[in-house]
Amino acid sequence: MSTLPVAAGGTARAVAPRTHRRFDFARAAAYFQAAPLAIVFLCFLVFPIVAIVVVSFFDYDSVQIIPRFTLENYRELLFSKVTWETYLNTFRFAAMTWAATLVVGFTLSYFLAFHVRSTLMQIALSLLCTVPFWTSNIIRMISWIPFLGRNGLLNMALVRLGIIHQPLEFLLFSDFAVVLALVHLNTFFMMIPIFNSMMRIDRSLIEAARDAGARAPQVLWNVVIPLSKTGIAIGSIFVIALVMGDFITVRLMSRGQSASVGLMMANSISLLQYPAAAANAVLLLILVLGMIAGIVRGVDIRRELTGANPGGTATNE
Amino acid sequence: MSDRKRTAGFYLLAGFFGLYVLFLYGPTITIAVLSFQGPNGGLTFPMNGHSLHWFANLFQPQMVGDFGGSLERSLLLGAMVMATTVVVSLAAGLAYRKRFKGDTPLFYLAVASLVVPSILVSLGIGLMFGQSGLDTAWYGSAYGAQLTWTLPFGLLIMFAVFSRFNPSYEEAARDLGASPWQTLRHVVLPIIAPSLLGVALFGFTLSYDEFARTLLTAGEDNTLPLEIYAMTTNITTPVLYALGTLTTAFSFVVIGSCIAAVLIIQRRRARRAA
Repeated sequence: MSTLPVAAGGTARAVAPRTHRRFDFARAAAYFQAAPLAIVFLCFLVFPIVAIVVVSFFDYDSVQIIPRFTLENYRELLFSKVTWETYLNTFRFAAMTWAATLVVGFTLSYFLAFHVRSTLMQIALSLLCTVPFWTSNIIRMISWIPFLGRNGLLNMALVRLGIIHQPLEFLLFSDFAVVLALVHLNTFFMMIPIFNSMMRIDRSLIEAARDAGARAPQVLWNVVIPLSKTGIAIGSIFVIALVMGDFITVRLMSRGQSASVGLMMANSISLLQYPAAAANAVLLLILVLGMIAGIVRGVDIRRELTGANPGGTATNE
Repeated sequence: MSDRKRTAGFYLLAGFFGLYVLFLYGPTITIAVLSFQGPNGGLTFPMNGHSLHWFANLFQPQMVGDFGGSLERSLLLGAMVMATTVVVSLAAGLAYRKRFKGDTPLFYLAVASLVVPSILVSLGIGLMFGQSGLDTAWYGSAYGAQLTWTLPFGLLIMFAVFSRFNPSYEEAARDLGASPWQTLRHVVLPIIAPSLLGVALFGFTLSYDEFARTLLTAGEDNTLPLEIYAMTTNITTPVLYALGTLTTAFSFVVIGSCIAAVLIIQRRRARRAA
């Protein structure tokens, strides 16, 4: 975590000064150093996506893929009402999860960045929010059963408090449970990028705004939010992409009551209809990348993610 | 704002933070308690006595699927993914300190690797192996699938590390006649060691818990998350909670040792500096 206030603007990257003597060596070394990463992405990301695109134009029967060009998969997909209803439902999950994680993630980051005073405490608290990310998602979903179930803790508490007389049925295995679990699993992805953005805000800008007579909400709206824009964009990309492709949360938390694009693909796959799943995957990929392209317009995510450190205030803490 | 008195806003936000932490950990704690249900206990409260029955149950092969085998595979795979993630991310992080042709496409490929829906990666690798007549296996296709998830995180951590790395230490080493390899080995690596531990932690835990990208790429033998997933559909006893509690506890031990190691390194360094 960068704890040094850094000035806005400046060079895009911190580059080690090169001496001419080492120039050629460094140059060649960079290719060797980057090659393993490039090879993994080529073999396990680029080629597989090419495979999906190719197979999406293949024919199939009940047992196998038939390598014969056809547009039938796309025709079936695009002209089916179920497809669009499922996409709409997935967008709905994505929108609700995005809104909830944004509000929660922003509030948490704001507290950590501007109200928690010691760096050690900031690290400890952000670590506290990160630890569950390193544990199993499936277990974390299952963990909601005793809480949300018909005889779960929440229903028992509400009945005992006299707020309701009968246990609520909609808590578990419903859209509500799906969104709750999605927020539970994905707030981390929204919070950390926003927190990083906030930590880079020059504190003197806030002082200046306050000296100029801005009240706390005005500082928030006119200084903090605009300067956290990049973090918000990165968090949004994560959350939207993760929810748009999700199938396991929807399947476990709605127990087949809700539909999502990922689940639709998973169902095609389990019926061995790979070309149908592939066509769906292509459509999903186009939509997700389109949404991301919309989000990143006007935001330099590369500068944010590569940790540009303007002003050259490099330290080894 | 840090040099002023605590405001009502502070307490409000602190309360919100506390509630979030409860939301984050509450369910996990709940199943940890419920995994100690008595032999006749169910999936929800009340507790019907308490016992270690369900943990014992876990180790009887007829109760759950291949728990031992899947755990072994997950641990091995986690170690493989961890080692690869550390080495490859470090190398790429070093590459990005210089300019090289293709650095921009490679960066966007890393971002794409994170945001492409996992089921797509899973399906794609499955299709690629299937169409080229190769068998999918946890140590091959699933290993590659998991790297597409862990490497971008490793790379992002490396970016964060090197963006605040002070190059004058390297210059000093070079001026004293160190070779590039010696500079890396004796100057750069010790300085960034805590961050590399962080990368290792991401590599191991994300692999150990990975589900969506492993689903269609693991082949015949399941990893632990796949085994747990299979259990959710046909097991309705607290044995599920026992397994969940055990794997979560294991994750906590791994995370805890990692954090402890970082703290020890930093303390030792502070002492040496003093």
